[in-house]
Amino acid sequence: MAIQSKPAISVERLRKVYKASVAVDGISFALPEGSITALLGGNGAGKTTTIAMIMGLVQPTEGRVAVLGTDMATNRHAVLHRMNFESPYVDMPMRLTVRQNLRVFGMLYGVESLDARIDELARDLDLAEFLDRPAGKLSAGQKTRVSLAKSLLNRPEVLLLDEPTASLDPDTADWIRTRLEDYRRARRATVLLASHNMNEVERLCERVIMMKRGRIEDDDTPQRLLARYGRETLEEVFLDIARGRGEAREAAQ
Amino acid sequence: MTARQAIAFSPRRVGAMVLRYWYLMRSSWPRLLELIYWPMVQMLMWGFLQSYVTENASYFARAGGTFIGAVLLWDLLFRGQLGFSISFLEEMWARNMGNLMMSPLRPGEFVVSLMVMSLIRLAIGMVPVTIVALWFFNFNVYSLGFALAAFFLNLILTSWSVGIVVSGVVLRNGMGAEGLAWTIMFLLLPLTCVYYPVATLPEILQIVAWALPPTYVFEGMRALLIEHTFRADLMGWALVLNALYFAAAIAAFLKLLESARRNGSLMQTGE
Repeated sequence: MAIQSKPAISVERLRKVYKASVAVDGISFALPEGSITALLGGNGAGKTTTIAMIMGLVQPTEGRVAVLGTDMATNRHAVLHRMNFESPYVDMPMRLTVRQNLRVFGMLYGVESLDARIDELARDLDLAEFLDRPAGKLSAGQKTRVSLAKSLLNRPEVLLLDEPTASLDPDTADWIRTRLEDYRRARRATVLLASHNMNEVERLCERVIMMKRGRIEDDDTPQRLLARYGRETLEEVFLDIARGRGEAREAAQ
Repeated sequence: MTARQAIAFSPRRVGAMVLRYWYLMRSSWPRLLELIYWPMVQMLMWGFLQSYVTENASYFARAGGTFIGAVLLWDLLFRGQLGFSISFLEEMWARNMGNLMMSPLRPGEFVVSLMVMSLIRLAIGMVPVTIVALWFFNFNVYSLGFALAAFFLNLILTSWSVGIVVSGVVLRNGMGAEGLAWTIMFLLLPLTCVYYPVATLPEILQIVAWALPPTYVFEGMRALLIEHTFRADLMGWALVLNALYFAAAIAAFLKLLESARRNGSLMQTGE
């Protein structure tokens, strides 16, 4: 795929080996500024490990990650304040209220006019009614909205989302997607999201990177992937790749 | 925030972490009660024992306050480490470590915030206990003056060194290593000669004891309370050892953090 502008995220020959198992196996891609890309794949495909390596939480065995032109292995602290992430695998302190949590993270990210920013997010993400409630007493949908607020607190230029709508009802999930679209459009942010939800990917993403067993199996726009696999939906493409039918089709052609 | 500001040590980020722990303590009265409960029980038990012994033994009559002093200083060492480690463990229990490790918070700032919290927790826990010691047993720990400052500095440095290493081990090995935070200090209890002189130990263990900074503090406390002599030499040696152990603890923490990043342990903060 042609890269039209300077990459916001650049991943080169990235590999992660845990003892005997290869979690990510030499993947490369570059995401232009302002793009929104999905990382798709079954369980154990390497999506979460890839995102963790981009954030610097996991050290690659080989390869290089650069975010906004900064090498993450050697200088991640120079750029972490311009990024943020959301994941169902981490929580925010449950005894702290939503406002207290946002204040602490706002200070960590060096957010200016923090109280005004919290009020703005409370309005945009509809948090006002539970802003002073402990985070542990929120419903799953409310927690996801708070996590999203935390991830947007510093107005990140790069946003990494690991299954942002997992375990949410369709209405709340749709609501979250709309907010993400609005944010990306308004800030021209680069978004990389790992998801199992094909509707979400079809609706939000202009590019899909399909992973399987730590490798990139395919990488294109949703429309081209549908055309190439002769399928109606991304879910069918996903199943083709997950079950090896894509390779069989390519071999037949 | 510029890239340079992001890289530099930030008191604001340390403040954010201290605020986070303060919010937590404020929201939970059992956490506050726990800070005072055990030191108070310890001090009362040893205080009454000392009162009994003092009335029945001429040597201990001269050594007024050694038990209570030892209890207070031991608790300072133990609670200092526990205060550091519990603040760290709160992040593991809350599954918040990923958020912190992917935020601009630097490891050094995290460690400094844990040290500040250890001091705050000590103040909340120990100040009421010292007041009760004065009221019940007429033992004024503050009358030790400069010596108390020297004892405190050396003990808190040791407690932080142990807390830093324990935190690194938990980061690297997960919550299976949590038990270390609660028990490791008790290894020092017999070896640092909290309640008896170093000469009481077998010779081989005396060598081990003199390699541990708190031993110098407890010997120094006995010298002060029994012989009314401040042993600056003992405090000096303790400080030298503490500087070495603290530097080693920071190096070990950074190595363990690097190893946790390599092994992906930061993604799995459970068992």
